[in-house]
Amino acid sequence: MRRIASNFMVGLMLGAVVVAVLPLVFILGDLLVKGAGSLSWSFFTRLPAPAGQSGGGVANAIVGTLIIVGVASLIGLPVGIGAGIFCAEYSGSRLAWLTRFVADVLNGVPSIVVGVFAWTWIVARQKHFSALAGSVALAMLMIPMVLRTTEEMIKLVPRSLREAALALGYPRWRTTLQIVVRTTLPGIVTGSLLAVARIAGETAPLLFTALGSQFFTTDVTQPMAALPLTVFTYATGPYEEWHRFAWGAALVLILVVLALSLLARLATRQRFDLNG
Amino acid sequence: MTPLTTSALPSPVPAASLTTTSEPPRLRTDKLTAMYGKSTAVSGVTLGFPANQVHALIGPSGCGKSTFLRCLNRTHELSDGGWITGRVLLDEEDVYDARVSAMVLRRRIGMVFQRPTPFPTMSVYDNVAAGLRAGVRLRRGETDEIVERALRQAALWDEVKDRLRGSAMALSGGQQQRLCIARTIAPAPEVVLLDEPTSALDPQGTQRIEEVVVELKGDFTIVIVTHNMQQAARTSDTTTFFYLGTMVETGATRQIFTAPRNEQTEAYITGRFG
Amino acid sequence: MASTVTTPAGRARGTLRASLAEQRGSRGDLVFRAVLTIAAAAVPALLAVLLMELVRGSELAISRFGLRFITDSIWDPVAERFGAWPLLAGTLLSSLLALCIAVPLSLGVAIYLTEFAPRAVRQPVAFVIQLLAAIPSVVYGLWGIFVLIPLLRTTLFPLLRGALGFLPLFQGPIYGPSMLTAGIILAIMVMPYIISVSREVLLAVPGSQREAALGLGATRWEAVRTAILPYARSGLIGAVILGLGRALGETMAVTMVIGNRNDVSASLFAPGYTMAAAIANEFSEAVKDIHLSALAYVALLLFVVTVLVNAGARLLIWRVARGAGAGSGAL
Repeated sequence: MRRIASNFMVGLMLGAVVVAVLPLVFILGDLLVKGAGSLSWSFFTRLPAPAGQSGGGVANAIVGTLIIVGVASLIGLPVGIGAGIFCAEYSGSRLAWLTRFVADVLNGVPSIVVGVFAWTWIVARQKHFSALAGSVALAMLMIPMVLRTTEEMIKLVPRSLREAALALGYPRWRTTLQIVVRTTLPGIVTGSLLAVARIAGETAPLLFTALGSQFFTTDVTQPMAALPLTVFTYATGPYEEWHRFAWGAALVLILVVLALSLLARLATRQRFDLNG
Repeated sequence: MTPLTTSALPSPVPAASLTTTSEPPRLRTDKLTAMYGKSTAVSGVTLGFPANQVHALIGPSGCGKSTFLRCLNRTHELSDGGWITGRVLLDEEDVYDARVSAMVLRRRIGMVFQRPTPFPTMSVYDNVAAGLRAGVRLRRGETDEIVERALRQAALWDEVKDRLRGSAMALSGGQQQRLCIARTIAPAPEVVLLDEPTSALDPQGTQRIEEVVVELKGDFTIVIVTHNMQQAARTSDTTTFFYLGTMVETGATRQIFTAPRNEQTEAYITGRFG
Repeated sequence: MASTVTTPAGRARGTLRASLAEQRGSRGDLVFRAVLTIAAAAVPALLAVLLMELVRGSELAISRFGLRFITDSIWDPVAERFGAWPLLAGTLLSSLLALCIAVPLSLGVAIYLTEFAPRAVRQPVAFVIQLLAAIPSVVYGLWGIFVLIPLLRTTLFPLLRGALGFLPLFQGPIYGPSMLTAGIILAIMVMPYIISVSREVLLAVPGSQREAALGLGATRWEAVRTAILPYARSGLIGAVILGLGRALGETMAVTMVIGNRNDVSASLFAPGYTMAAAIANEFSEAVKDIHLSALAYVALLLFVVTVLVNAGARLLIWRVARGAGAGSGAL
């Protein structure tokens, strides 16, 4: 009887695993089936067609996402990695404690709230929407993620390695950069790539910062199109053609995100090879 | 069977009685006390290390011998709450003087640790050159020459000469430790400190390291911490016995192992405790 | 060469005092530390600016509505009257619905993966679940609109109304976009978070707990129920609350499937609204200052709620992770 009860519970849990994994299968399957059809050469190279007309592409959104995410990384990665190194190297200091605590708080802040912040801080002052405001919002989302992985990675480096470098007469900054950070670089790269992958799909912070655009622009002080915005606008729009495009854009977006995640895994694999 | 008493340790034999030449020792300590926060790890040790000899520090674990060693090149101060009183003198210059750079000091007193610590991202060659690069910039050919000499002195050259560009992590534990010795001696320090360098190695690896240590004393002054008394007997010229943070006895290795003057030293080397 | 010792490397040896190069080294240390300090200080500074900006943005609404904002249920941009109660209620309701669905499933998966799954299965399943966390919110929304809603409208919803229609929760017309749809999509989205944190908590339970129970002749499920779950309880609650924090702030997918209608209904089939959805929908279209300010006030509220929820969760998880060794008796 007890055995039966035990097996029954395990059966239930197995069922839970199936139910938990199913959505992924469904979503990826639907993306492939519905998205692949709308991918074509012009999808990647042309600008959006006027509303209701067929044809066109999302070239501006692809370039826009690259620019917005690129600028966000330029702001977010140095701050996140630098603060992470600080928290690991001076872990006993008051500032390290405060920074760590605030990073945890920021990590839980909804992205839409960060979007509102970027709007009041930048857009409202400049009196117009801009891709840069979107990048700042995304950077703010990536900083806590990058910070914590960097700190944890550095703490994995054995103390003896640091002492060995100092005992050779290395100054502290070179010990940290050339020995400690260099040793754990694959881990930091992984953390950074995962953070980039996560913000690449963020939509809410861009709604009223980068706003989206029908045109092609590389000027970060202007409104700019981005893939997640394209998915949102086209999915909630009235036209059948738009819906097809939404699936196509979503497929491209998810491929970018998955590619980044996969790349992140490869970076870590190399690290394990290194340790024999 | 003498019962072991921890109180009333007899005062150690004065360090000066060791020095057979009139020359001052290359490295010496003067009433050196090492603290971790408020607890004392080493108290009031006065000891000299003449040049071109191997000096062994022995004693049961926790006796302060490693902490003492770490004071000599100022790595003790890297530990949480580590601080000292007293003096450490290298060629009669106080290494704890405020104007002394710990970086310069550590280039003149090298250190090898318990576990091999090759830098995992560097090749064999770059590991040996790492210490050189901490100091002045050298010409390429000069570096090649020094790296080869250091690897030869560490008895590793023949094993690695064909894979200098390979990862240091691919070497065996014993080879890694000899690589660390090569890395330490490459910048030509005057003193080499070894902190239980064979405790993570198999007997064969241990033997190679011991041979290297004996070879090295021609060029360096060597201080080795070991928990292995045979190792001390095999490699060293003088031996110092530490117990409970104090120096109990110091003298020529032969004398310490054959005719110790102190009861506790005798008890330890005959294996009655430790 | 009389006064200096020549090294084997052929370099002359001087004193231990810092040469010019060494002073550069310690200057390097100072510069390095300064740069890192600036990066580290930027993080709390950013949070301070964020708070200041949110308060500044919502100043107008705060002075006009005060705390009544939270309990007032009229949200009417035309009449310039704003009360956030329907949004707050919608946010809480959709998140709680999500937890009702996600918690049993997540705990089942986490327990199965840590205690029962064959070793070969653990990593792949955990990886697939991590992938679920990597899918952008807007893609979930897209899928919700075009796949999930049609599916639910024709299968699950009529079924529920037929079987449980006597409850007010399952009465009324079925549109498709609804509170229940939002709850289901949120459940799918927060599951990966709850599963991964629960796994960490369960893995932190010492093996001795398990072995002691098994040694007493318990079946593996009994060992889980009597030894492991009580030990890990507060950590698991922490994982669930962390999931709640995610659900509360989730924006895009919810906005796309909840129907965005601004009143509180007893029926789960009726459309609803959440704080995040209101901001997403109205912010870029709002023209009046008071409307913008009310939305910023909503953002401020959402910020406060999520920070409190997350802080509580962290505290619980931290207690298990930290107290696993010493404080086990207290659990």
